[in-house]
Amino acid sequence: MTDDVPEAAGDRAGLPGAPAAPPGQQCGPDAAYQALLAEDVLAFQACGACSTAVFPPRGRCSACGADALHWRASAGVGSVYSTTALTPREKPAYSVVLVDLDEGFRMMSRVDDAAVAIDDRVQVRFSHEGDRVLPVFETTEAAR
Amino acid sequence: MRHERELRGTAAIVGVAESDLGEVGPGVNALDLAEQAAGRALDDAGLRSTDVDAVFSHSAFYPMPTVVLAERMGIRPRYSDSTATGGSSFLAHLRHATAAIDAGLCEVALIAYGSNQRSASGGLVSSGQNQVPSYETPFGPRLPVSAYALAAARHMHEFGTTREHLAEVAVAARRWAQLNPAAFERGELSIDDVLGARTVSSPLTVRDCCLVTDGGGAVVVTSAERARDLAKPPVHYLGGAEAHEHMSISQMADLTVTSASVTGPRAFELAGLTPSDVDVVELYDAFTINTLLFLEDLGFCAKGEAGDFVADGGIAPGGHLPVNTNGGGLSYCHPGMYGIFTLIESTRQLRGEAGDRQVADAHVALAHGNGGMLSSQVTVLLGDDSVV
Repeated sequence: MTDDVPEAAGDRAGLPGAPAAPPGQQCGPDAAYQALLAEDVLAFQACGACSTAVFPPRGRCSACGADALHWRASAGVGSVYSTTALTPREKPAYSVVLVDLDEGFRMMSRVDDAAVAIDDRVQVRFSHEGDRVLPVFETTEAAR
Repeated sequence: MRHERELRGTAAIVGVAESDLGEVGPGVNALDLAEQAAGRALDDAGLRSTDVDAVFSHSAFYPMPTVVLAERMGIRPRYSDSTATGGSSFLAHLRHATAAIDAGLCEVALIAYGSNQRSASGGLVSSGQNQVPSYETPFGPRLPVSAYALAAARHMHEFGTTREHLAEVAVAARRWAQLNPAAFERGELSIDDVLGARTVSSPLTVRDCCLVTDGGGAVVVTSAERARDLAKPPVHYLGGAEAHEHMSISQMADLTVTSASVTGPRAFELAGLTPSDVDVVELYDAFTINTLLFLEDLGFCAKGEAGDFVADGGIAPGGHLPVNTNGGGLSYCHPGMYGIFTLIESTRQLRGEAGDRQVADAHVALAHGNGGMLSSQVTVLLGDDSVV
């Protein structure tokens, strides 16, 4: 199993700076995604058989079952599908959003604005928080 | 291969019971409540633990829950099923028990649940630790409520559903609870009370959210043949269906259409019934939006029209459809996983045992369970002797 590192990590063609797994270690879909995120790349997978955009990362295409997923870098631009605002006592209000990325996949994220609305256009921002990078979003100029 | 339709009328619920509900205090644990409910349900059926040869359970409090409960009760089952689809598990257990009884794998099935989450933690105790990475929790959702809030926001955006429509669901549940002595919250509740309550995750306020209580429940199931000789009138299994399409809310294709749109039509087809045949409806109302989504998906009204359906007390006592006649998870009892209580209340309504909240001429009941983040959906249709 240690020989198939490139297979397990998927095809990273076209992704600048994508790190390889350390020698002798496997790199599953989540680890590969996190490694790319650490380089400020929001990655998703595209199926070579049915063209479906797949997210979160996984081993095989969840639309057709093909073992043909390839890594792609998202442009990080999309529309808000739904949103809910939270107002914690100890920190500023924020919105948890579901974003439909223009490449055709959906993800949960955060917008640091309690007033973001469904259908607003949003752009990814890589927020370095402690030892992790979070792909959060901001409304774009064209949003409202 | 046989058609699933042949399971119609082959098994029946013959015993139901709750454990002590509400807040039981620090001296009673989750297993105590499951055992208590199971014992009472067997008493209700006129059966003993030694008659039980199949155990079904799910728990967020202890692993291998059927094995744990069977040891406690001295049951040595020949069939054991810990299907874990959240709060919908117990309706799935009923369908599985029906199939197992029909196949000769067992004869007397005990389905049981217990939780002391209110006394133990004061908050929701949900199933299992997650050892795989989450693509949601790093962004700060308050789960599960934020998942349901996202669905509510989308439903409002697409169909013009209002916060007042959501509040109608909470008020209807409270009005039913006021007729149920076992309900946890029985005080007056108005639309304005719901709207003015603290927002947890917009658009949902704390009154749009289910209770945090202790409680257990149990259901005893056996063959229709054996049911005829037992203490209470049998409540027959007419049809049931299970479906799930996602676990995480971000993976739900359309936030306004749940898998109840699959299970509802399938269960009705198997039972040979339509929504207009249903006399009483018990839905898993973890949040007010659930009731709206399930009324639409199960076919009681068209997609997008549940707001109007519940307006002006439409599902409250005296309304056009009796829904959640025990007061539901919103006002009666919500010990983490509520599904088994939909079966208990359906059975009591069909037996005519529901006291002040009894629905007149109740012959067919629909029980619907929800698990996860609108994830797992299970629908069961039940009927009295007149419909088999």
